[in-house]
Amino acid sequence: MNPYEWLQTVIFFVVLLALVKPLGSFMAKVFQGERTFLSPLLCPCEKVIYRMSAVRPEDEMGWQRYAGSVILFNLVLFVGLFLMLLTQHLLPLNPQKVPAFTWQLALNTAISFATNTNWQAYVGEQAASYFTQMVGLAVHNFVSAATGIAIAVAVIRGFVRRKTSLLGNFWVDMTRCTLYILLPISIIAATMLVSQGVIQNFSEYKTVPLVQSTNYDKPKLDDKGAPLKDAADKPVVENVIVKDVTIPMGPVASQEAIKELGTNGGGFFNANSAHPFENPTPLSNMLEILLILLIPGALTYTFGVMVGNTRQGWMLLGVMLFILITTFGVLQWAESSGNPLVAKLGVQSINIEGKDVRFGMAGSNLFTVATTGTSCGAVNSMHDSLTPIGGMMPLSLILLGEIIFGGVGSGLYTMLAFAIIAVFVSGLMIGRTPEYLGKKIEVREMWMSILVILTAGVTVLILSGIAMITPQAVASMSNPGAHGLSEVLYALASMANNNGSAFAGLNANVNFYNLFGSLAMTIGRYVPAVAVLAMAGSLAEKKYVPPSLGTLPTDKAPFAIWLTLVILIVGALTFFPALALGPIVEHLTMLGGN
Amino acid sequence: MKDIRPAILLFIIFTIICGGIYPAIVTGVAYALFPKQSAGSFIADKSGKEIASTLIGQPFSDPKYFWPRPSASGDFGYNSMASGGSNSGPTNPDYLKTVGDRVKALKDTGVTGTVPADLVQASASGLDPHISPESALLQVPRVAKVRGVSEDILIKAVAEATVGRQLGFLGEPRVNVLALNLMLDRVK
Repeated sequence: MNPYEWLQTVIFFVVLLALVKPLGSFMAKVFQGERTFLSPLLCPCEKVIYRMSAVRPEDEMGWQRYAGSVILFNLVLFVGLFLMLLTQHLLPLNPQKVPAFTWQLALNTAISFATNTNWQAYVGEQAASYFTQMVGLAVHNFVSAATGIAIAVAVIRGFVRRKTSLLGNFWVDMTRCTLYILLPISIIAATMLVSQGVIQNFSEYKTVPLVQSTNYDKPKLDDKGAPLKDAADKPVVENVIVKDVTIPMGPVASQEAIKELGTNGGGFFNANSAHPFENPTPLSNMLEILLILLIPGALTYTFGVMVGNTRQGWMLLGVMLFILITTFGVLQWAESSGNPLVAKLGVQSINIEGKDVRFGMAGSNLFTVATTGTSCGAVNSMHDSLTPIGGMMPLSLILLGEIIFGGVGSGLYTMLAFAIIAVFVSGLMIGRTPEYLGKKIEVREMWMSILVILTAGVTVLILSGIAMITPQAVASMSNPGAHGLSEVLYALASMANNNGSAFAGLNANVNFYNLFGSLAMTIGRYVPAVAVLAMAGSLAEKKYVPPSLGTLPTDKAPFAIWLTLVILIVGALTFFPALALGPIVEHLTMLGGN
Repeated sequence: MKDIRPAILLFIIFTIICGGIYPAIVTGVAYALFPKQSAGSFIADKSGKEIASTLIGQPFSDPKYFWPRPSASGDFGYNSMASGGSNSGPTNPDYLKTVGDRVKALKDTGVTGTVPADLVQASASGLDPHISPESALLQVPRVAKVRGVSEDILIKAVAEATVGRQLGFLGEPRVNVLALNLMLDRVK
């Protein structure tokens, strides 16, 4: 790293940490129903929304009803978007006259956006109309994020409340989250992004002449659309001269802001946040990384405030920061060391394949760990082209279960499940009663925590196994050998953990990935969500156990180290064999020069 | 099942707020404060016709122009309707051959020594408008020879087209290839 990269990285984390406390305490106020500086403006809107939607805010829910409302709401989200994608060609704001989605692709896309995954098996600038992007996808970006945060808040209430079955009202939590937190920050962030050059308009796509015309060999097709072959079985091509190009337009900034803030990650364009219209400058790049980490980071403080001990929150944030910065360091080292096979050709030894110049090495790599540590999945560099050890970093961050900051809300509640496991295991080892935040950890909590932690991992491994024996799934690989396995593993891990980024060479718009991927996203989102709410329900009913000499302090450094170890051990035990066959074999191949 | 009504009604209400009101506010503010940026940072020729966006790179292969980075977008490089990278893995034999061919093409123009990585490795967006200053300076002898101008003038032009780190410390210094080539065509 050059000195500027050090400076840029340090300043970035200072800014992030400086925002954790103000935003975290603001969010705590919002979810505890206190007045904030936005209340004079938003309180009346909130009341109108409740009246129009038949919500009684004082009507609190037990865990079953809370979970039921989450599922019900997500079902409505799914059906709404599914229908919209199937009828896209009939809807307004479609100046490019793009056709409807196929049902398989629509199914995958609708589940993808409802589950906060934003896996995209379509090319944005070619396949989605402005109406789809703005009305269909953007609204999911808000409410799927708000859903995750609402669940996290309900789980925190489970720790805080005593001898009650009530966890709050999902409709209220979701509404307040969207109105008070997501919308105001998005408006500010979108404006800042436009100042850097992110576009925001409803113009038709613009065609401009090229300064120098270009040409390419276009394969000739027969009547049925299959490529024509000549006598020697070579494809028949014709040389086409290109004199002008079409530049896509659209309401990008408004989607860009919430796509990062809500850790959604679905790009307006195919290149996602590498596209100059989504991410035009180094400053916009830093702002987008900040937006990705902002809410998951600040939620740890919100957690601390609500449980009455902010050190509990800082401890979790410390663990997250440690793993994030470590993986960033390894990635930065791997990419700066470059690819010896390319260096041998007489090229400077850094790996910039799949990276844009303006972000620089550190700006690309920081984005990569931020977007995969959280379940964002936006990309500003192509993860498929990372060096093997470099590519293993984002893959590992996803496989750890999206807890290193994690998805908005989901990162925190999954991390809390890990904390419970850590408390329990250490309790067994040192003979202390497993207690966390004054609540006794018993069989039910353990079952639910294990469900939260292992569901995605087991789904990934089973589906990857099925993929390896399915010809269609194997044929989708774009790179041969060990790298192909990494592509498949990454795709299924990304969907099961609701990340949405990809080793994008994989041709994912085939039935196997559309359908099994839909299954992975559904299981990976809702099984842990329901399990964690069930756990919160049982915690809320327990009485408070005041800390005694026998209590393990969970707000001190030793526990942070222990928690880190538990996370790494669970991750390694689950995935080491798969990683050994993918990135590690490829790394050895690369060093061996074959 | 009394929660079905709020589920459907809140979906409709938030579709209106997040999908209608929110983008409308952002668009309004963007048009008012940053009209040029929100429209795509286009530059116009003398007659006022939009000729290019400064943010979106274009393909150049003629020796009289500075060359941009390789691009893997769609059928041809810098196809702005198909943004994206090559997604080639580091040990893919096809990829290594492609990079080897690019290195050879550069060496054929008289380039010696180690080639800067950005000139032979494709970008993420496929539309990267920039190259590193080293990659631009490397091309100065070729462009100078074809255009019949002195290298000093071109070195100056490259320096003029170089953008420094933003705020002094963000990102890397870079040269906008399209802007540089348009500048050369103007003075010719």
